[in-house]
Amino acid sequence: MALLAALVLIASLLLTGLGAVGLGGRPAGRIIVYGAAASACSAMVVLAAITLFGRAPAQDLVLPLGIPWIGAHLRLDPLAAFFLLVVNLGGAAASVYGLGYGRHDSEPQRVLPLFAVFLAAMNMVVLADDAYSFLASWEFMSLASWGLVMAHHRTDGTAQAGCVYLVMAGFGTLALLLCFGLLAGVSGAYAFADIRAAGLSPSIGALVLALTLLGAGSKAGIVPLHVWLPLAHPAAPSHVSALMSGVMTKVAIYGIIRILFDLAGEPAWWWSVVVLVLGGVTAVLGVLYALMQHDIKRLLAYHTVENIGIIVIGLGLALAFRANGMMVPAALAFSAALFHVLNHMLFKSLLFFGAGAVLTATGERDMEHLGGLIHRMPVTAATFLLGCAAISALPPLNGFASEWLTFQAILVSPAVPQWGLKFLIPGVGAGLALSAALAAACFVKAFGITFLGRPRTAAAAQAREVDRFSLAVMSAFALACILTGIVPGLIVDALAPVVSQLTRGTSLPVQSAMPWLTLIPIAAERSSYNGILVLVFMALSGTLAAFAIHRLASRAVRRAPAWDCGFPEASPTTQYTAGSFAQPIRRVFGSLVFVARESVEMPPPGSLKPARFTVSLRDLIWECGYAPLAAGITYAADRVNHLQFLTIRRYLGLVFALLVALLLGIAIWP
Amino acid sequence: MAMIAALAIQLAQMTLVVAIAPLLLGWVRTIKARVLRRRGPSPLQPYRDLLRLIRKEAVLAENASWLFRVVPYVTFAAIWVAAALVPTFASGLLFSWSADMIVIAALLGTGRFFLALAGMDIGTSFGGLGSSREMMIASVAEPAMIMVVFTVSLLAQTTQLSSIAAFMAGANVGVRVSLALVLVALLVVALAENARIPVDNPATHLELTMVHEAMVLEYSARHLAMIELAAALKLVLYLSLIACVFVPWGMAAAGDGIVAYLGGLVAYAIKLAVGGVLLALFETSIAKMRVFRVPEFLGVALMLSLLAVLLLFVSRSP
Repeated sequence: MALLAALVLIASLLLTGLGAVGLGGRPAGRIIVYGAAASACSAMVVLAAITLFGRAPAQDLVLPLGIPWIGAHLRLDPLAAFFLLVVNLGGAAASVYGLGYGRHDSEPQRVLPLFAVFLAAMNMVVLADDAYSFLASWEFMSLASWGLVMAHHRTDGTAQAGCVYLVMAGFGTLALLLCFGLLAGVSGAYAFADIRAAGLSPSIGALVLALTLLGAGSKAGIVPLHVWLPLAHPAAPSHVSALMSGVMTKVAIYGIIRILFDLAGEPAWWWSVVVLVLGGVTAVLGVLYALMQHDIKRLLAYHTVENIGIIVIGLGLALAFRANGMMVPAALAFSAALFHVLNHMLFKSLLFFGAGAVLTATGERDMEHLGGLIHRMPVTAATFLLGCAAISALPPLNGFASEWLTFQAILVSPAVPQWGLKFLIPGVGAGLALSAALAAACFVKAFGITFLGRPRTAAAAQAREVDRFSLAVMSAFALACILTGIVPGLIVDALAPVVSQLTRGTSLPVQSAMPWLTLIPIAAERSSYNGILVLVFMALSGTLAAFAIHRLASRAVRRAPAWDCGFPEASPTTQYTAGSFAQPIRRVFGSLVFVARESVEMPPPGSLKPARFTVSLRDLIWECGYAPLAAGITYAADRVNHLQFLTIRRYLGLVFALLVALLLGIAIWP
Repeated sequence: MAMIAALAIQLAQMTLVVAIAPLLLGWVRTIKARVLRRRGPSPLQPYRDLLRLIRKEAVLAENASWLFRVVPYVTFAAIWVAAALVPTFASGLLFSWSADMIVIAALLGTGRFFLALAGMDIGTSFGGLGSSREMMIASVAEPAMIMVVFTVSLLAQTTQLSSIAAFMAGANVGVRVSLALVLVALLVVALAENARIPVDNPATHLELTMVHEAMVLEYSARHLAMIELAAALKLVLYLSLIACVFVPWGMAAAGDGIVAYLGGLVAYAIKLAVGGVLLALFETSIAKMRVFRVPEFLGVALMLSLLAVLLLFVSRSP
C-alpha cells in the first residue's frame, strides 16, 4: 500500500515537472512547482517514516513498464525506506527554500521542470528493484541534475563544470551497467531478487567491487573520482547544490550499500581493506582541499567529499566485521554510517542554504569579499554557525554523535583476526581524527571570514537578511541538528530495522530502554554517551557562570575602537583573509599534498611597483590522472578521425579485412 | 540518600576544579620564579588578577557582535563540563557515564572552536593570526589526543575514564612500551593545548610568537576573566587526566567512606603539586619554538601515539 502511494507521489512529481514546462517563467510557476514538490516530498517523508518506524515488512510490486515481459520491479524495504526519508526530507526543505530563493532566479523555466524530475528520479533509484529500472532512474537523476547545473549556462565555468559532470556521470553509469551485467551473470535475470539468489564467484566479486566503487563512487565523490563535485555544486543554484550535495551523494551511498551488502552476497574480508583505504584517503584529502578554497560553495562541495569519506569508513568497518561474522560490531559500524548519512544531509543542506542566503544578500561567493555579515544577517549567521559546529563534530550536536559511533566501531577492531586489518583500522582512525580536527579549522575559517570581522566590500556592508521561507527552513534544520545530536539513541533505534536487514537480523541493543536515553552501543562499562546530559550540563554551567559573573562583577560595558595592540588601523583589508587563515595549515600539510609554493616578488628599493605574494597550488590528482587521460583520449580521437575521410574502396577493404580476421578468430578459437 | 551523596560528591568535584585552577597556575608561576632565583608573586596572585578583572568595566570593540560576548561563557562551560567528567579525587562519579574520553577531547575542541571564532570577530589582524595558528596547532594535537585515547582504551577495553583508572590501578597492567609512548604523546599534547612554553608563551606580547594571547587580545574585564579561568581550568583538566590515567592511586571509589574521600583529596593535591613542579621545571629548562617547528613537535606526538597503538597489537599475546 505504502509502495503504491509512493509511486503516486513520484508520478505527481513527474507531472509537476511536465506542467512546469508549460508554466514557463511566470511567477506563479515557481509557487506551484516548489509548493507541489514540497508537499509531495513531505508526504513521502511521512510515508517512509511510517514504514520505517512501523517496521512494516518489505513490499514488492511489478509494473508493466520498461523492458517488455520483464517489467519494472519495485520494492520498499527498510533500507529503501530510510533512504526515502533522507531524500525527501532534503527534497522538501530544498523546495520550501526554493519558494523564497527561486525569486532571484533570472531564468526559472530552466530550473523548475528539472527540479521536480530530479526529485522524482532520486526517489525512483531508491525504490528500483531490478537493474534496468535502477540504471534508468540513475541516468535520469544524472541528466536532470546536469540540466540543473547548466541552468546558468552563460556564467563563467559553468560549461566546463557541465562537461566534466556529464563525462563523470556517463562513466559512472557505464561502470554500473557492467557491474549489473556481471551480477546478473549468465542467467541474465535482472531483477534484484534473482541476483541475490544467484551468488557470486570470488574473482567476479573483485570486479563487482571495483565497478561499484567506480560507478556509485564517482557519483558519491570518492577520491580520486571527486573532481566533478567542486565544479558542479557551485555552478548550480543553491537549493539545487543542497540537493546534489546533501541528497544525491546519499543516493550514491545507497547504491554502494545495495550492491555490496545486499546483492553481492558474502563479501571477502579484503574488500574492506579497499573500502577503508579509499574512505580514509577521501576524508583527509577532501577536507584539505576544502581548506584551500576561498569560494564558499566550493569549500562546501569539497567538504562533502570529506563526509562521504567518513561514511565510507563506516561502511568499510561494517564490511570487515561482517566478513568475519562479527555481527554486533558490524551493526555498530552500519548504524554509524547510516546515522552520518542522515546528519550530513541535515547540516550540508543547511550550510548550502546559508551559502545561498549569503549569495542572495551580497551577490558574492568569494569569502575574501565578505565579512561582518553577522550584524546584517543575524538569523542566517546563527543557523550557519550551528551547521558549522555540527559538521565540525562538536558535542552535543549530531555530527559528533555519528563520529563517536564510528570511533567506537574502530575500537572494536582488535577482535578482527586478519593482521592487515588490525594495523590498518587504527591508521584509518587517525585519519578520521585528523579530518575532524581539520574540519573544525575549515569551518572556523568559513564562518569567521564570511560572517565575522568587518565587511571587506560594499556589497557585504549593505547585505540584508533574506526572505522568511529561507529563514524558516534554515532554522528548522538547525534545530534538527541539535535534536538528532542530543537523542542519538532514538536515531540508532530507528535505524535498527535497516541495520538488521544488512547484518542478517542482528542489531544493537534497544537504546530507548537505556536509562536517561544514554547511547550505549555495546556495554555500559565499555562506553556510553549522553547528548542530553552534555547539553544540559553545558547550558547549566554556562548560565551559572554568566549569572554569577553578572551578580558579582561590574556590569559596565563601553564601546570603543578596537585596541589591536595600539594600531589605529581603519582599513578592513588589514583583517585576516581566507588565504591567510589557511596559510599555516597550507605550510604544514600543503607542501606534500598540493606541492604548495609561496613566492614573494619584491621590487628593488625606489621602484614604485607593488610587491606581490603569490601562492601556487597544484591539484596532483587532476594533473597526474585526469589531464594525461584527457590528452590521451584527444590524441587517440585525432588518430581515429582519419577513418572518417577514407574512400569507398578503402572502407570496403577495411570491412573485408575485419571479416577475415573475425572468421579466423572463430576458426582458431577452441 | 546514596543518590544525594553521589550528587554532592559530583558537585564538590565540579567546584573543586574551578576553585583550585587559579591556585595551580599561581603555584606553577611561583616555582618558575624560584627556579629563576626570583621571588615571584604569591601563588594566590591569579585570584587577585581575576577579582581585579571582574571589577573592571568591559570595553568592547565597536565591531563586536553578540558572538564575542557569548563565547567566554560557552568556552568556559565546555571546558568546565569536560573537567567535571575527569575523575580527580574520586572515580565512579554520578555522571561519569554520560561521556567518555572521546567526548572530553571533543568538548575541548568545542571550547577552542568558539574561542577561535571570537578571535576573528573584531576584524583585526592579530585576532585572525591567533585563531589561524591555534587551529593549525589543534589540527595536529587533536588526532594525537584521539590516538592516545585509542591506545589507552584498547588496553583497558573501555573509553570510560573511571573504568580506565580502575584498570590502570589494577595488577594486570604491567609495564608496557605503549604506555610509555602514550605518556610522552599526552604530555606533548597537554603542553600544546595549554599554550605552555615550547609551543606558546602566554606571558609575552610578541607578535611573532604569540598564539593564544593574540586570539584573546581584544577581551577585557569579566570576559577576559572567564577566558583566563577557562585556561587555568584546562591545565587542571590535563593534569587530572594524566594523573587519572597514569597514576590513579589513592582515588576514592564510589560508595567509599569519608576517610577514603579525604585520602583521595590529599592524593589529588599531591599529584597536582608534583605535576605543577615538573611543568615549571620543564618550562624553565626549554626555549620557545618557532611557530612552524610546532607541527613537527606535535607530529612526534602523533607518530608516537600511532606507534603505541600498533605496538599494542604486536606485544599482546593472542
